[in-house]
Amino acid sequence: MNLKFALIAPLSIALVAPAVAAAGPTDPQIAHIAYTAGVIDIAAGKQALAKSHNKTVRGFAQEMVRDHTAVNDKALALVKKLKVTPQDNPTSQALNKGAKAELAKLEKLNGAAFDRAYVDNEVAYHKTVNGALASTLIPNAHNAELKSLLETGLTLFKEHQAHAEQIAKELK
Amino acid sequence: MHLRRYPLFAASAGALLLGAPPAAAAPHSYEIVLDKLKFVSVPANLHKGDAIIWVNRDILRHSATSTDHHSFDVDLPPGAKKKMVLTKIGTFPFICRYHPGMRGTLTVEK
Repeated sequence: MNLKFALIAPLSIALVAPAVAAAGPTDPQIAHIAYTAGVIDIAAGKQALAKSHNKTVRGFAQEMVRDHTAVNDKALALVKKLKVTPQDNPTSQALNKGAKAELAKLEKLNGAAFDRAYVDNEVAYHKTVNGALASTLIPNAHNAELKSLLETGLTLFKEHQAHAEQIAKELK
Repeated sequence: MHLRRYPLFAASAGALLLGAPPAAAAPHSYEIVLDKLKFVSVPANLHKGDAIIWVNRDILRHSATSTDHHSFDVDLPPGAKKKMVLTKIGTFPFICRYHPGMRGTLTVEK
């Protein structure tokens, strides 16, 4: 899957979901968005594992890397089986652009400041992705297996969001 | 059940145990399936000596970890099937250590 995108339009993540909803994303686009969202959180988790010394934060980051890798492996196997080629789209591009900025911002922080910023972003990011899954991606998915995988993803990412919220409280 | 063959006033506990079908007395095995981030079908009426077979049908790694931090902690990679014999009486809330929103309780009687 080609995950190198031309970062053209400076779209914010918040603006993107409605834009896609209006057009109705196709299954190849939905697969691309879901996969991209996973790749982004894996990268954020790896950054946290490289920077954080906090046991709870590291445990959470490992959970993110492990779970999102598992879901993405499943997604790759599914698109291969369905002979679908995931299609790049403005939502994926905006997600990547936002993620790149967030990685750069977090890279400058260290210690407790990094931990708090990472976990706060995980809360916000999972909220955004869960909102997009529930309001746009799942309702527009046509293939039953893709829809089912997205639903599992939503259950999982809600759990991640709750876990991140709990850790954010502990760090305050 | 043919319990009426054993006049209750005469039957020893042993005779009752022998007369009852295995379901009533012999150690049982119960499957608890993990799927879509849930512990499915956690059994009630557990007894010491019974076994739990944890079956992870999810695509994610999970665990079955007692919240008292010492009674049990079973690592469950995707596809894992692991047996655990109940050796203690009591109430044991448990979670998945990776997804603490996944919860259940085992209540074990003698």
